[in-house]
Amino acid sequence: MTSHHHHDAEDRQLTAMRERLAEARGPKFWRSFEELADTPEFQEVLHREFPRQASEWHEGLDRRRFLSLAGASLGMAGLTACTKQPLEKIVPYVRQPEELVPGRPLYFATAMPLAGYAVGLLAESHMGRPTKIEGNPDHPASLGATGVFAQASVLELYDPDRSQTLTHHGRIRGWGALLAELGAVGGAAKAEGGRGLRILTGDVTSPTLSGLFGELLEEMPEARWHRFETAGRDAVRQGVSDAFGEPLEARYDFTAADVVVAIDSDFLSSGPGAVRYAKDFSSRRRVADPSQASGMSRLYAVESVPTATSTVADHRLVLSPTKVARFTLALAARLGVAGVTAPDGDDEKVAAWVEEVAADLLAHRGTGLVVAGEQTDPEVQVLVHAINDVLDNLGTTVLLSDPVADETPASFAELLADMEAGEVDMLLILGTNPVYGAGADQDVAAALAKVGTTVHLGLYVDETGAQCHWHVPEAHYLESWNDARAFDGTASIGQPLIEPLYGGKTAAELIAALLGRGVVPADDLVREHWQTWWQENGDGGDFDGFWRRSLHDGYVAASELPPREAVLQASAVSDAASAIAGRTVGDLELLFRPDPDVFDGRFANNPWLQECPKPITKLTWDNALLMSPKTARDLGFGDLVAGSDQDKRAPMAQLEAGGRSLSVPVWAVPGHADGTLTLHLGYGRTRCGRVGDGAGFDAGQVRTSETHWRISEGVSVTHDGGRYLLASTQDHHSMEGRHLVRMTDLDSYLHDPEHAGAWEHHGPVDISLMPEWPEGRHAWGMSIDLTSCTGCNACLVACQSENNIPTVGKEQVALGREMHWIRLDRYFTGDDADHVGSIVNQPVPCMQCEQAPCEVVCPVAATVHSDEGLNDMVYNRCVGTRYCSNNCPYKVRRFNFLLYQDFETPSLQLGRNPDVTVRSRGVMEKCTYCVQRINHARIEAKREDRKIRDGEVETACQQVCPSDAIVFGDISDPESRVSLAKDSPLDFTLLEELGNRPRTTYLGRVRNPNPALEEKLGGGHDEEAHHG
Amino acid sequence: MADAAAGIDRPDDMENRILGPGQDSVSITDKIGSVPYGSTPKWIFAIWGVGLLLVMLLQYSIVKLLFEGTGIWGLNVPVAWGFAIINLVWWIGIGHAGTLISAILLLLNQQWRTSINRFAEAMTLFAVACAVMFPLLHTGRPWLAAYWLLPYPNTMGMWPNFRSPLIWDVFAISTYGTVSLMFWFVGLVPDFGTMRDRAKNRFLRILYGFLSMGWRGSARHWHNYEKAYLLLAGLSTPLVLSVHSVISFDFSVSQLPGWHATIFPPYFVAGAIFAGFAMVLLLAIPVRKTFHLEAFITTRHLQNMANLMLVTGLIVSYGYASEFFFAWYSGNPFEIFAITENRPFGPYRYHWYALIFCNFLAIQTLWFKKVRTSTTWLWIISFIVTIGMWLERFVIVVLSLHRDFLPSSWDMYTGSRWDWGLYLGTIGFFLCLMFLFVRFVPMIAMFEMKMLLPGSKVRGEHHD
Repeated sequence: MTSHHHHDAEDRQLTAMRERLAEARGPKFWRSFEELADTPEFQEVLHREFPRQASEWHEGLDRRRFLSLAGASLGMAGLTACTKQPLEKIVPYVRQPEELVPGRPLYFATAMPLAGYAVGLLAESHMGRPTKIEGNPDHPASLGATGVFAQASVLELYDPDRSQTLTHHGRIRGWGALLAELGAVGGAAKAEGGRGLRILTGDVTSPTLSGLFGELLEEMPEARWHRFETAGRDAVRQGVSDAFGEPLEARYDFTAADVVVAIDSDFLSSGPGAVRYAKDFSSRRRVADPSQASGMSRLYAVESVPTATSTVADHRLVLSPTKVARFTLALAARLGVAGVTAPDGDDEKVAAWVEEVAADLLAHRGTGLVVAGEQTDPEVQVLVHAINDVLDNLGTTVLLSDPVADETPASFAELLADMEAGEVDMLLILGTNPVYGAGADQDVAAALAKVGTTVHLGLYVDETGAQCHWHVPEAHYLESWNDARAFDGTASIGQPLIEPLYGGKTAAELIAALLGRGVVPADDLVREHWQTWWQENGDGGDFDGFWRRSLHDGYVAASELPPREAVLQASAVSDAASAIAGRTVGDLELLFRPDPDVFDGRFANNPWLQECPKPITKLTWDNALLMSPKTARDLGFGDLVAGSDQDKRAPMAQLEAGGRSLSVPVWAVPGHADGTLTLHLGYGRTRCGRVGDGAGFDAGQVRTSETHWRISEGVSVTHDGGRYLLASTQDHHSMEGRHLVRMTDLDSYLHDPEHAGAWEHHGPVDISLMPEWPEGRHAWGMSIDLTSCTGCNACLVACQSENNIPTVGKEQVALGREMHWIRLDRYFTGDDADHVGSIVNQPVPCMQCEQAPCEVVCPVAATVHSDEGLNDMVYNRCVGTRYCSNNCPYKVRRFNFLLYQDFETPSLQLGRNPDVTVRSRGVMEKCTYCVQRINHARIEAKREDRKIRDGEVETACQQVCPSDAIVFGDISDPESRVSLAKDSPLDFTLLEELGNRPRTTYLGRVRNPNPALEEKLGGGHDEEAHHG
Repeated sequence: MADAAAGIDRPDDMENRILGPGQDSVSITDKIGSVPYGSTPKWIFAIWGVGLLLVMLLQYSIVKLLFEGTGIWGLNVPVAWGFAIINLVWWIGIGHAGTLISAILLLLNQQWRTSINRFAEAMTLFAVACAVMFPLLHTGRPWLAAYWLLPYPNTMGMWPNFRSPLIWDVFAISTYGTVSLMFWFVGLVPDFGTMRDRAKNRFLRILYGFLSMGWRGSARHWHNYEKAYLLLAGLSTPLVLSVHSVISFDFSVSQLPGWHATIFPPYFVAGAIFAGFAMVLLLAIPVRKTFHLEAFITTRHLQNMANLMLVTGLIVSYGYASEFFFAWYSGNPFEIFAITENRPFGPYRYHWYALIFCNFLAIQTLWFKKVRTSTTWLWIISFIVTIGMWLERFVIVVLSLHRDFLPSSWDMYTGSRWDWGLYLGTIGFFLCLMFLFVRFVPMIAMFEMKMLLPGSKVRGEHHD
């Protein structure tokens, strides 16, 4: 326990002063000891404008006095406005900060940690305000791209609902008060070796934080460090450590993989390495040039739930989770993994799959790759490691290294047991939210009540923060110094782009305080760590040089964890095999997955992410119980796919699992495994802010610590009669026989590139009644590769961030008024909703038609053609007749039906892109090919008296795309990348027959099916006729 | 058509009379002129009250719209046009009967028109007044649209886009409104003179004196009047055809399947006249009964209008059939889907069935004389047709938009309460204006009716 309760009054006074001194940074002056001590009396003197007697009236009020006072207050009312104005500086820089040119952004390398793992970024800063996140092209986890979370993180920084003050029991306190408490606790705990002190974090890869924890645990050996992640990688860690008998990290090299088998894995859009994997994987799927196409890799997906990764798979086998496990077992047996025997009773189709996938893998020994999903059972992961081992893939496509995350912390379950036993005196919860995220079997709130002092560090006063005594606002990664490792171990030093908006602190600062070091700024802590590291590991050169280079590059050179050898544990493999073979299964299996938008709930208050239509389901603002259309029918919910026209309200179900229940709406997903239910985490939050509170349904009510990702027994679903509005952005699943996404397969393409697609051209499309536009200096165009696009939404959120696109809220989305300038159309091919072949994505931004139908019909000429081929929107001329939208065959125009922009909230104003107009009510808007970026480049080019170079302008969607599916440039330059792409025989124009001549065209989708498997499954069974 | 004066020449042929028996100049003036000067039945005030309540709803809907934006309606992307455009087309269409009766029937010397023309012209004017609200209010920023759509010289040298059909609409509707107003007013001048002469107090004398513009009924006045009226009739005649043709260009000029069709102009014009006559009947039947005007609005009038409704209704039905045929004949899959699949089998199929019932099936009863001569049946059928023509615009606007080229953007549309508020509000506005008209203006052209009297035959022939 803390010891300062025993101090007498004088001591307390001294403590208070010490607090104040501890808090002070740099030279600080005080006028009196009262001020220094910051006593309530002094505060009162400061805060009351007038002496006590002046502002209070002790006598009764007679009429005369009342009138004179009323008159006086009326007169003074004007005066007060003069006295209380905040000081505003409008003086320009006397000494211009170096490199800062008003109107021109600067880019700083930094890194975003997500559940511990870093992605290297470049943050765009306008006059000291970060406004846009880009990937860091030099960082191994980014290569210039990012996922949705990084894109949306800039909005999180400016979220007005973030916690803004340090509180104790809900009352505002100074940082000094907490420091005193921590210092006192630290001191006392040190005396007892740290007994009773517990710290809970998420996964930690930060070298600085690890170092501080090491120091702490050395000083206080009785103290303990635990970790908790709602959507943690425990199964991955257990799988690899079981398989190889030691903690390891497996990472993949998709550039070396000719054949990839994804076992319930969404490796392209979830997990620490997803962005890099998407880059690598798509680099092997670039087929625009037929002469380069033969190197195309092949992806088999065996899965229960369709994901972004499924949409680029060449073959999909949809099985329930248990059957996926049995498939893995059969595959392992077929490939000759020792200690494994094939389960019997698999149907013909699965048998054919096992046979042909095994044959393909064997034919590509060392260049094959089997990937297990992060949420699959550890046993499945063990088998997958064994498969890769037997195929000699270890060391080529699968690289094993020491673990990236710090493996010191103990489990959360142990902490909970100790808390319940009353053994915890002080608990620091740093940036994690167990009250929301823990299993339904773990009553964290009750356990917290048994802890003497609880301190919570978080961006929000979330469910956990509300249960803790102290709450400390956490510094966002864009406003703090930090460091973290990427999926391959590469360390990045994250530098702040802005001073903490709300005086936030980092976990490292709190630990330093606990160590009794008082106030050490985070930059000192990080720098200190790397200085020590440099002394031990550096080349003896100048530390400052190393520091500056690492900050500039965004990563510490050569810090990735080297690949190493490991020996497969035969016993683990046979244990895993028998566990899978012996698994008992009920009628329904329930899967949990981190949400593609809000992850584990941490992004629930981010409207960009809430409104981002989830891959496959296209749901926004909610999660739902996903199941196949057939299962929905079997469970009595009717035909939900066909019914979507009539009623947007989904039926509510009572989900029972393991004796717990949850009321949740049902959503049918074609291509989902029958008899399987999927529920995404991260919803149903109660304390995350105005945006996320009450959105969706809390999977945590049925998920337990034992059943993290899967419940296979005792699951039942009953109709509960109610209905619930789900806002989906796409109600229709089929292309209705229209030739929208054109497809072919690799063999026919290689055989006859020009005619493989056989997408006929509809006669002359260059004829028009309208005159041609004069040609400008450039002719901008875009090409989107449908073979690569995974539908991950990174482009959608990047566009939202770049172009100040508002969010509209769930009800407006349900009405069909979402504002995204680029949308990802998703179509299912196949016979019907029960027999889905492929799932295809089609990003649709404004097509920038050369003969644009929107331009002709606008009565006020608010949408006009530029000589470079852009279809420009003139917002201040637009009166909002919406005729342009009606006449747009692609329906890419978005209308501000209401005042969707937030013009009021100051923090949100900071985050906007100053180069893009913020649109008001009643105005049409749409994709501009990022005209502001073109104009930046144009100014640059004009100054140097040259044309804009190819690649000089990258649109936001192109820049962020992890699959490099989007190419933009000048089509009048025959050598530009976009011209080369458009020269491909795969190039096709969406709705070409209308004669609008869009500047955005697509590269048709090429599948690389295994002919042998195709034949066994009965030819086109897996795929709809290409032009059907 | 029967001989113009047939009704008067054959006193026994009650059915074909265009003026009841036993009328003379005095009785005509008394009967028609007494409506503004006589007492009004109380229940008419109840309708006026309903109209006023709806006008309040209209005001509330407009204020709400201006403060919050078009988002209070049910619109979305892809259905960016909804009630406002449906109502615009509906109201403009209703107005057409008035112009047709005034202008074309005048030029064709159809004398039966005289007893209904003023009434129909007033209806035209009020319908246009209701209609013009919609194109303005439906824009996102009406305060700018109000003048940016007009070609006015400005320092920026910024003109409207003359390629846009919406600009054509501006000219078409404003011309139509102006000419209709002038036509109506010029026709009223001699009767305002009569009203002035019969006024019982100074205020009304001044008011009607002002409106009659010094009309004394001299031969020169009559000469000028006849010339002006004929010229205006000539000017209005092309408008009957052009206004709705231009309105239909809003649709047919676009690329959208279901809109992009060459049949639209004639099809819209026929539909407009169809709807217009339905509305004339809808209003004239109760007014005729209330003010005992059976002698002036005879069964012959009702029959003629019913015949015209049947003819135009059949043209409209032919339009539906030809849309189906040409969708199929075009071989354009989008067109085939929009017309032959989405309309009869899509989610809005009941709207389409109702449309076919109202505009095709219901009017078939007009083949029967019994129906044509029964005011009750005619009124019911007119009501059905009025609804049917609204549904037709709903089908054209919404059903074409909600499922266009890319299935990914397909969505549904329903009017919100504010859509309904504005729509019902304009109906109230229309009722109020009609009430004022009936109450204060001779609703049947007295002097023209007098020309139908046997004694004025000479003038009648001069007319020829």
